[in-house]
Amino acid sequence: MDESDELFASERFQPPRTRRDFLGLAAAWSAICSFVMALIGSMRLPMPSVFPESNSKVKLGLPKRFDVGSSTFFPQHHLWLFRSELGFYALSSVCTHLGCIAERTADGKFSCPCHGSKFDERGRVQGGPAPRGLVWIELGISPEGQLVADKLKEVPAETIFKV
Amino acid sequence: MAETRPSSPPRKPSRRIGDPGAMKDFFANLRSAPQAFQDSLLRHGKPTSDRAKSQAIFTNFFLHLLPVRTHLHSIKAATTLGLGVATLVLFLLLCITGILLMIYYKPSIDQAYDSMLDIANVVPTGRLIRNVHRWAAHGMVVCVILHMARAFYTAAYKRPRQFNWVVGMVLFVLTLGLSFTGYLLPWDQLAFWAVTIGANIAQSPREVTDALGITSYFDLGGLQKELLLGAHEVGQEALIRFYVLHVMVLPILAAVFLGIHFWRIRKDGGLARPSSADALPPLLPAPSSPAPLKTWGLMGVMKGRTAAVNLELANTITTWPNVMYVIGAATMVTTLLMIVLGTIYDAPLKESANPAVPENPAKAPWYFLGLQELVSYSAFMGGVGIPTIVILGLALVPYLDREKEDIGIWFSGRKGRLVALASAVLAAVVVTGLLWFTVTYGWLRNWPATSQLPQIVITLVNPGTALVLCFALWSIAVVKTTNSTRMGAIALFTCFLIGFVILTYFATVHRGPNWQFYWSMSDWPEH
Ligand code: HEM
Ligand code: FES
Repeated sequence: MDESDELFASERFQPPRTRRDFLGLAAAWSAICSFVMALIGSMRLPMPSVFPESNSKVKLGLPKRFDVGSSTFFPQHHLWLFRSELGFYALSSVCTHLGCIAERTADGKFSCPCHGSKFDERGRVQGGPAPRGLVWIELGISPEGQLVADKLKEVPAETIFKV
Repeated sequence: MAETRPSSPPRKPSRRIGDPGAMKDFFANLRSAPQAFQDSLLRHGKPTSDRAKSQAIFTNFFLHLLPVRTHLHSIKAATTLGLGVATLVLFLLLCITGILLMIYYKPSIDQAYDSMLDIANVVPTGRLIRNVHRWAAHGMVVCVILHMARAFYTAAYKRPRQFNWVVGMVLFVLTLGLSFTGYLLPWDQLAFWAVTIGANIAQSPREVTDALGITSYFDLGGLQKELLLGAHEVGQEALIRFYVLHVMVLPILAAVFLGIHFWRIRKDGGLARPSSADALPPLLPAPSSPAPLKTWGLMGVMKGRTAAVNLELANTITTWPNVMYVIGAATMVTTLLMIVLGTIYDAPLKESANPAVPENPAKAPWYFLGLQELVSYSAFMGGVGIPTIVILGLALVPYLDREKEDIGIWFSGRKGRLVALASAVLAAVVVTGLLWFTVTYGWLRNWPATSQLPQIVITLVNPGTALVLCFALWSIAVVKTTNSTRMGAIALFTCFLIGFVILTYFATVHRGPNWQFYWSMSDWPEH
């Protein structure tokens, strides 16, 4: 401890706590507290409750357009749609590492140009820094019978959508 | 029959309408108005005496942050290398050019890119102003890092300057924040993808919460990303947010913290200097005011050859004009350099942002490329974990190393120079070796034995983690062998500095498309 610390610790600087001091302190602290709470409250503002992409459902077309065994890319939506004998499934091609767009290679696997993450045909991680597999996207059917994908809704891997 | 005179003569001649006196005064005042304005502005003539020179400093709003007298040690070029002033000048240049750019820039995703093209091609002097803004931004990052290194190596972070070092760390982070938010504004491919990656790095704590299975209760990563972007993807919301941060929030914060920074320098007794710089000259300088007629009792008990009169004047000079020359020179050199750079080199602008096709390679601004190299092994550790450790570690330095000796001396003397040299060599070997290893053999996911490890291991075991551990162990060893925390601090700081430089260089020059290793950019495949 050095001199100045000692000075402050010494009794000379211990203020006597009178009732008036107490009321003053209480007033000051309640003012400070309410300012802090107000500040925290207003910090809620930048946190959107409705997202600009909240209408994230995109129509992909009538199911009969897609042959069994086909795979179709929707570049605007970063989405691959597959049809197997069992039904439909859709994979997001947004890399789970840092958001680049993974490309589908000739052998049907995915590879990301940014830091070299690799995924197999069904989106499972094969290599690189990606922390998890590609996202399986929720599929549905619109009233007029079109296939609809909800880009922000994830379904567990291997969920097959049957029409 | 009192004889009344029309009026008794007033004490002052009052003027009546038509009297030419007032008009004469008016014209005389008008003629001398510039002089009178100057007098009221400056309040005194050209300072000649020391006293007037002092007044020139402390009666001036802009200069009163400076002391009226400055220690000789502080204006030696080797003390600061002018880096703090250069950083400040760059900040001011950025404010001026930034405001000019704001006149034409439109923060909307449909118009931002076009307004950049306008500024570069149509707006008078627009291209030069934009270039200067860009190069000054890079320059400020360079200078702030060098300035930090100089404050570190001259042990200027020690008591009583610990807190100013922490203020400096805040300024460092603000500087990086300013650069990063500015990077998105041109809305070109580079901007879009670099910020996409940056925002996802902000989201990467999710890797950890996912591994712990608590993301649905506490999603720190998601929160950070949504706060930053106002959306799930980089778009209009993100552009407005970055714009507000870039032109309002961060500059104001930076200005406030700069004020604190400079105020603290004065309150901490000026720049750090070695105690030898305060050695008294063999003969005390002649007192500048008439010698005291009386000697007071206290002087009789003082030790030493003479009673020390005006001791505080020894080794100092008047700030006006000596320090003004130094600051002026640094300002002119910095500004000139920026204008020359801006005239010769154009700030890059790629094609307009295309969310469907990533830029390949999508590289962050150069000062983040070292981190991007680490991020390419695992996002959380490389992009969040290690930077946090480094920033916290730096901020703690003055509280962990409190040795009082050798303040104000570069490397604290010969031993420190040796430690710095040894640490630099060690860091260079370790970092280069590790990069060679990962380029040749890959990392965890590439080896059959480790490729199936749980994600949390992959996340945490980053080559960067190995580097941090290695540097920490080395510094502890240095503390033990030299029995000095200062030497340990020098070792640690040097390791991180060299590590930063090599990683940055490596990712800038040797990483190409698909983040693969290339000896040079000319080997990149066409695409
Ligand atoms: C916006 C960024 C900054 C500006 C404009 C700035 C400006 C300055 C200036 C003008 C000085 C006076 C001495 C000199 O010119 O070197 C100074 C001193 C100092 N700065 Fe900064 N600075 C900044 C950031 C930092 C950072 C990042 C640190 C370290 C973490 C730092 C730590 C210090 C310390 C400890 C001193 C006192 C030096 C001494 O007593 O010798 N500053 N700064
Ligand atoms: S973003 Fe795909 S590997 Fe980094």
